[in-house]
Amino acid sequence: MADDAVLNAEAGPADASEGQEYAAGLSVSRADMGLSAPPGDVSGAVATNRFGMGARPGEIETASSDPVRYLRDQVRASGGPALPELTGSKAAYRTVITYQEVIRRAQDGDYDDPDAVVAAAQQDLVRPRLEHTFARTRLAAMTADSFAERWVRFWSNHFSVSAVGGDMIPTAATLEAEAIRPNAFKRFDELALAADLHIAMLLYLDNIFSIGPNSPAGSTFGVGMNENLAREILELHTIGVEGGYRQSDVEAFARALTGWTVGNPRIHPEARWGEALFDERLHEPGPQTVMGVTYADTGADQARAILSNLAQHPAIARRMAEKLARHFFSDQPSKPQIRHIERAWRWSGGDLAVVARALASVPDAFDMAPVKFKPPEEYVISALRALDASMLSFGELMTTFQAIGQAPFSAPSPEGWPDDESSWANPDAIKKRLEYVNALARQLGGDGEPLMRGYSALGHRLDPDTELAVSRAESELQGLTLLLMAPDFLRR
Amino acid sequence: MTRFTLNRRRLLMAGLAGLGMTAPGLTASFAQTPGPGGRKLVLVILRGAMDGLAALAPTADPLYTDYRGGLALMRGTPLAGGFTLHPALSTLASLWSRGQALGIQAIATPYRDRSHFDGQDLLETGGQRAGLNSDGWLNRVLQVLGGAAPGALGVGGSLPLVLRGAAPASSWSPPVLPEVDPSTVTRLMDLYADDVVLSEALMLAIETDLIAGDIGDDTGGRVTPADLASAAASLMIANDGPDLAVLELEGWDTHVNQGADEGQLANRLSELDAAIDALQAGLGAYWGDTAVMVTTEFGRTVRVNGGGGTDHGTGGAAFLLGGAVRGGDVIGDWPGLNDLYEDRDLRPANDMRSLFKGVLRDHWGVDPSVLDTTVFPDSAGVAPFSNLII
Repeated sequence: MADDAVLNAEAGPADASEGQEYAAGLSVSRADMGLSAPPGDVSGAVATNRFGMGARPGEIETASSDPVRYLRDQVRASGGPALPELTGSKAAYRTVITYQEVIRRAQDGDYDDPDAVVAAAQQDLVRPRLEHTFARTRLAAMTADSFAERWVRFWSNHFSVSAVGGDMIPTAATLEAEAIRPNAFKRFDELALAADLHIAMLLYLDNIFSIGPNSPAGSTFGVGMNENLAREILELHTIGVEGGYRQSDVEAFARALTGWTVGNPRIHPEARWGEALFDERLHEPGPQTVMGVTYADTGADQARAILSNLAQHPAIARRMAEKLARHFFSDQPSKPQIRHIERAWRWSGGDLAVVARALASVPDAFDMAPVKFKPPEEYVISALRALDASMLSFGELMTTFQAIGQAPFSAPSPEGWPDDESSWANPDAIKKRLEYVNALARQLGGDGEPLMRGYSALGHRLDPDTELAVSRAESELQGLTLLLMAPDFLRR
Repeated sequence: MTRFTLNRRRLLMAGLAGLGMTAPGLTASFAQTPGPGGRKLVLVILRGAMDGLAALAPTADPLYTDYRGGLALMRGTPLAGGFTLHPALSTLASLWSRGQALGIQAIATPYRDRSHFDGQDLLETGGQRAGLNSDGWLNRVLQVLGGAAPGALGVGGSLPLVLRGAAPASSWSPPVLPEVDPSTVTRLMDLYADDVVLSEALMLAIETDLIAGDIGDDTGGRVTPADLASAAASLMIANDGPDLAVLELEGWDTHVNQGADEGQLANRLSELDAAIDALQAGLGAYWGDTAVMVTTEFGRTVRVNGGGGTDHGTGGAAFLLGGAVRGGDVIGDWPGLNDLYEDRDLRPANDMRSLFKGVLRDHWGVDPSVLDTTVFPDSAGVAPFSNLII
């Protein structure tokens, strides 16, 4: 009886010595479970958990033979793990156009049953995001290249767009698929060009509203500039607030970016609706000077040249090395760890394939304890991987992600999701994780020994206290829940 | 005045105590010093732009029925000044008659465009334009109060923008999944013995759930705004509970088939009214020290559209209620319906920040010069409303 168990004090070992005594009586041993690596060899567990998105059964064994190579082999010129064919940005944007048309006609009283027509258009509007969320979750949960997947998601969060507002709801998800994933192991400036001139970014950071005051459209209609995209590229995507830019640089860059817009029914032919395009009629003419460099007015290429130069600025190497080290290793990474990544960045000129490979040889990367608290979405993925989830078990994905506080493609600001423990390890979030994994374990359990899951997910990194608590669980469900909520599973 | 029942969670706490663990109470994250005078403040955000001309209808304005046509109210509670309170707002009407509620018409933030998201951004950041501030104005209030800052709680979802920032604030939302077996939770607490962060977080979560009471869980039913308000009230009156709570209610974007005395919007207003009732009931003796601000990002168009709804507008309505409120009137300027903003919206005549500032100054004693600078940047020209609080 559950309540009886609560009220008697035998729920766990009272101290460490008692723990060791219990450990001698574990129902299965690590060797029985096929952990061939010698005790103390945690390299496979580190490669799959610290670098990857958690180990699926058998993966630690695979990674253990040569963990560095296991990681480096995932770095491919073709980009991150491939998604199936999904709704692209152009089709996604067209659901916005249709929706706006339906709303207008409903307001004009054109429909007999406006609620039904609006509801149908609304469903079309939200479908691309659901489709992308489902596909990328499935991919992350199943892929053998989960380090590469982590890498994609890191950059997706760096170039964050959010599904807020009508035109972002269907388009936000397409940026990762189209701009980040294929370019994840190219040079950083190539990635930045793809991401910052993608339609989702042009929409999200309001560049579609930015019109050069002396452009043909600007001088006719008297509409104005919007500096958002220029400012966020400088502040968030490239050199950062410490990078030494001024308001005049923001303004000059914003002028160069005018003309970069999204094909839309008001001013473009139907064939181009939903395309990122350069429209000369909106472009502020003239040369622009950004960070001391003057760029001639070459139309579309003016902003490209500025962005490309900013993305190769020397200040970026240090800034991105710190961000990568915080993400992969610890909220307080060591100086040698940061320097190692920074050197790789500088030496390669921001070649992301080189930087990704260099991560595997960061000092202490394989020795340090699991201290980094997994953000919610990554946590869900790692639980699905640990339980060998198949697509059938994903169920109400959006509800899950919303409940645990990190619905994909809905970061709270252009800065993306936070990446530190204090942002995520709060009471309500912990409780929601507990409820989620308990429900997940209920759904996926029934295939035997929870402790075996512990070994396959964490290998020799499985903490003896966790091992004991799982082995002494009063039910398989409880064992799995304890495993997935254990400190050594919540952190990596 | 507690709503505890001897439920499974209660047993869980007994179990934890039996293991020699004591709950740290809410002090782990809610500040220990009571808020300014221990006075309670609740902000209710109606997301989606509530139609202020339906909630607080200017029925005496000669143009009202012409503009509103089929959406014009037939019933409701007549108020001084030629306004009528929507018939669904019966609790509010009763508070009004007791001098514990007031309304402000034609109120707006500095935002003058019509995007929900940017509008809510300004409502919550208290800035001059969207994207300018990354923290919320209530969080900045907590920051300037420093050691005297009360505990702050977002109810119903993740932490709302208005509470985000450098000062600590918590969130609580009802369980959406089946509850976890108490025995599992007890064992997990044991497993967290050496991890201070995790053990404090889990303990506080259990404690908070316990105080919030059994809402929404195990029933599978929809959690109503009144459920959330009840939970918020229970948490606010607990020992060391928060003095500040933010509730968010959605579903106000009534573009199609808005309805008048009855219908879609009336249903939302009924839920809001029930939430106010639940707050009052739950806060009990604390109601006399409570002020509740009900706000939305902007109003809706004065004219009815072809689909029987209204579109995004500018000037809206806000309410202030509670035992600490000097109510009974519609306050502020009324611009009339004969001079519409951009020929479509109620002209904004009152600044939302005047309401917030008046409450913060007189309910919590926040220094007006701080309100003009830190809390609402560059707003020295926006005077607080006076005489809002007893």
